[in-house]
Amino acid sequence: MTETITPTTTQLNLVGMSKADYRGASSTLCQGCGHNGIAAQIVAACYELNLIPEDVVKFSGIGCSSKSPTYFMSRSFSFNGLHGRMPSLAEGSLFADTSLKGIGLSGDGDSASIGMGQFKHIVRRNLPMVYIVENNGVYGLTKGQFSATAEKGLSIKKQGKNPYLPVDIAMEALAANASFVARSFAGDPRQVKELIKAAFSHSGTAVLDIISPCVTFGNHEDSLHSYAFGKEHEVPLHEINFVPAREEITVEDFEEGTERDVTLHDGSTIVLKKLETDYDPSNKFEALRVLEEGNQKNWLVTGLIYVDPDVPSMFDMYNLPDKALNRMKESELRPDQNSLKKINASFA
Amino acid sequence: MADSKKKINDFCITFSTINGSGSATANTVLMRALFKMGIPVSGKNIFPSNIQGQPTWFSLRLSNKGYYGRVEKDDIVVAMNPATLANDVKYLKPGGVLLMPDDFKVSEIPEDIIVYSMPVRKLMRDSEVSPKLRDYVANMVYVGVLAHLLGISLKSIEDALDFNFKGKKAAIEPNSNAVKSAYEWATANLTKRDGYAVEQMDKTDHCIMTDGNLAAALGAIYGGVQYVGWYPITPATSLAESLMEYLPQLRRDPETGKDTYVVVQAEDELAAIGMAVGAGWSGLRAMTSTSGPGLSLMSETLGLAYYAEVPVVIWDVQRVGPSTGMPTRSSQGDLTMVNFISHGDTQMIQLIPGSVNECFEFGWRAFDIAERLQTPVVIMSDLDFGMNQWTTPEFNYPEKSMDRGKVLWEKDLEEKLKQLEGNWGRYLDVDGDGIPYRTVPGNRHPKSAYFTRGTSHDEYARYSEAPEVWVRVFDRLKKKIELGKKYLPKAVIETAAGAGFGIIATGSSSAPVEEARDLMAEKGIASDYLRVRSIPFGDEVKDFIEQHSICYVVDNNRDGQLAQLLTVEFPQLGGKLVKLAHMDGLSLSAEWITKQIMGELEMQR
Repeated sequence: MTETITPTTTQLNLVGMSKADYRGASSTLCQGCGHNGIAAQIVAACYELNLIPEDVVKFSGIGCSSKSPTYFMSRSFSFNGLHGRMPSLAEGSLFADTSLKGIGLSGDGDSASIGMGQFKHIVRRNLPMVYIVENNGVYGLTKGQFSATAEKGLSIKKQGKNPYLPVDIAMEALAANASFVARSFAGDPRQVKELIKAAFSHSGTAVLDIISPCVTFGNHEDSLHSYAFGKEHEVPLHEINFVPAREEITVEDFEEGTERDVTLHDGSTIVLKKLETDYDPSNKFEALRVLEEGNQKNWLVTGLIYVDPDVPSMFDMYNLPDKALNRMKESELRPDQNSLKKINASFA
Repeated sequence: MADSKKKINDFCITFSTINGSGSATANTVLMRALFKMGIPVSGKNIFPSNIQGQPTWFSLRLSNKGYYGRVEKDDIVVAMNPATLANDVKYLKPGGVLLMPDDFKVSEIPEDIIVYSMPVRKLMRDSEVSPKLRDYVANMVYVGVLAHLLGISLKSIEDALDFNFKGKKAAIEPNSNAVKSAYEWATANLTKRDGYAVEQMDKTDHCIMTDGNLAAALGAIYGGVQYVGWYPITPATSLAESLMEYLPQLRRDPETGKDTYVVVQAEDELAAIGMAVGAGWSGLRAMTSTSGPGLSLMSETLGLAYYAEVPVVIWDVQRVGPSTGMPTRSSQGDLTMVNFISHGDTQMIQLIPGSVNECFEFGWRAFDIAERLQTPVVIMSDLDFGMNQWTTPEFNYPEKSMDRGKVLWEKDLEEKLKQLEGNWGRYLDVDGDGIPYRTVPGNRHPKSAYFTRGTSHDEYARYSEAPEVWVRVFDRLKKKIELGKKYLPKAVIETAAGAGFGIIATGSSSAPVEEARDLMAEKGIASDYLRVRSIPFGDEVKDFIEQHSICYVVDNNRDGQLAQLLTVEFPQLGGKLVKLAHMDGLSLSAEWITKQIMGELEMQR
């Protein structure tokens, strides 16, 4: 999709919203924080997807990343819960009205430590929602301690050298049978935005592990979670373009044989333009291999690492009515008197 | 046998067996048969935290007066476990009866014990039961022998078997045959030498026989539960399992064939409560069920729900703690923890059922209270209610329609905004009762959304660390619960002419307290009684203490937690409270309570 800038009038999307309708409060995070860039891309993605803000529900845990839902889409409900326990809130909440779109904002401290259990379980249940891990390898709010995704040997001022091997969010997601796993880099806003759009259209848990540098505590040149490292070492698997259901893919944009298409359940398509090699995101072996290769060669592998649009979602595992559960009235929820008479008789 | 030695419908039988041997079926069949004869019965399982091979006991009490508390001594022991036989005999009253297989050897049986030996192996060998079922069906031998000795009609045993196996002939037949052949053997070979007997009564009319976890599940279903997040834990597991058994039949829309509920087995208690709070926040009637260790894990989330004002219902089926404690034994040891659960100042609402019937009632009522007050409601059951069978009055259909509380949907919000000239805020006390109006996700009004957080927030749900904002919002929470006490079940008070003191108890301790009051009344000691049904305490509790010079507070825990909470709430009345607390894993007995109070009275003299 190309953006045309029309400076004289406020541009509206197909649901009559301007970008301002997707904004949140001004950020209180540090200047240059990767999380702010991601929030901006969420706003852009939702605007371009023509989502109505009231149709979106935001969730987060604890940490800098988890503060960020304040900074986008004020017109959406949001629940900033407890450390590492955002997934369970979403698993309860989104059943109330399955037409809502969930987006969770978490960090490496939130999802890769206390939240590891809930992270892996929401992924295996495949609850439809966007699950963003803003991954910077460091605890920011407590002023600079190693997180579980920090690489071994990394030095930071307070703690010296990190003695432990890191957790790889994308690999953990794959091991938990995730149906959608992507890795991106806050310094690559276009890719972040296209991945968010695809994630919103996926009918399952879409995990986006986004390297989001902490400019205050973790942006050292030698850190794998820094802007400098990302810019130098990013290896995109493909160029990603999200094409919504209503638009046709035009031949001018892409040459035959140079792209892969992934059709999602809502009819939209992720078009992956080949770069150096032809990467197949439907192959889980390949997904694990490319992640491991990246780790060994010090590459920041980005792109859509794995997707299977056909895995049943958590909603599919229940026999849910069309009407939203939270709109149900007493007459729909309380069995009649006669049924209780029968129950009493059965215990008499 | 002299008539004075006759004991009709008023005695206790303890079955001593090995767990995993199928004795539960035999025991509940016998209990059900007696219940069907109109005799008030209660059964208490004493079982190990183990799957197979450990000793287990089941005490079946028949009480023509309708007492359901535990008794200290047995009238009849059915000994099916040679390993515990010598000890089991010690619990027999003088003149009691011992039934055991004829191949058991015992050296020391007191002379006044009447012993009947049963040829269990022979009867099983002669039967047509397939060898692999023999061990299970063998327990039916004592059912048949007892039926003969006590005068239980075979018809009521048949009815009970039919009930137990839900009419499945293949299961009923081998059991029924075993009962009959034992009955016939006993008729031909045993001479009755004891005075215990049963007779038909009409004391179980309009009563049912069931357990508290099932009652709780059904109560929740009639309360319109929509979301259950749960994790297995003894003794709460059967509560969630009962929900899963009954929800499909009661809550599947006959027109659409769709379910109006969701049950998720979570990965742990942290997630179970998280799911329930997420669902409650979104406007669903949400609950979880757990026991002490699970509640400890849920503590932080309950603080969040209290502060962010999210309705949610939690069933605590109490067991013995701290730590793993005794997972299969009962206590009332969580009262103080729940009252103050989570860090910072909190205040949880507790509903404490005093019968299986009340487990059902509080099951639906809890949702009304939680949604009205926008706060967690913890229902304090225990293993004694949850996992034991009780005779209890039939469940009553909810007498009032649901109270969904102050929820604003699109039109309501539009009106509220007009009324308040645009000035609606999620945490704004509009009505002066401390209860704000809430919107839930799915409300498509552009002004409906707000940001829910466990961090300090103002009336408009905006982050604020201003001291006056914190105080304003936090004090309103206190006010909300204080004024909301009117929605909680009031304490039940029973008075007696000439009472010299009061007794205060709660939950499953009320069964032995009621019996103890009668025992003392027979000795000319009258007492008044208050049964606490909710915490925070209502004014009637304060009045009761004020009206008595002394109140004995009876509690199934070590530290007298009910007395602790009463003292915290009414410090000026603390001097009037005497704690009578005991906890050894068993429910309290009327004998123990009577002895304690009589001892206290003696000391005062």
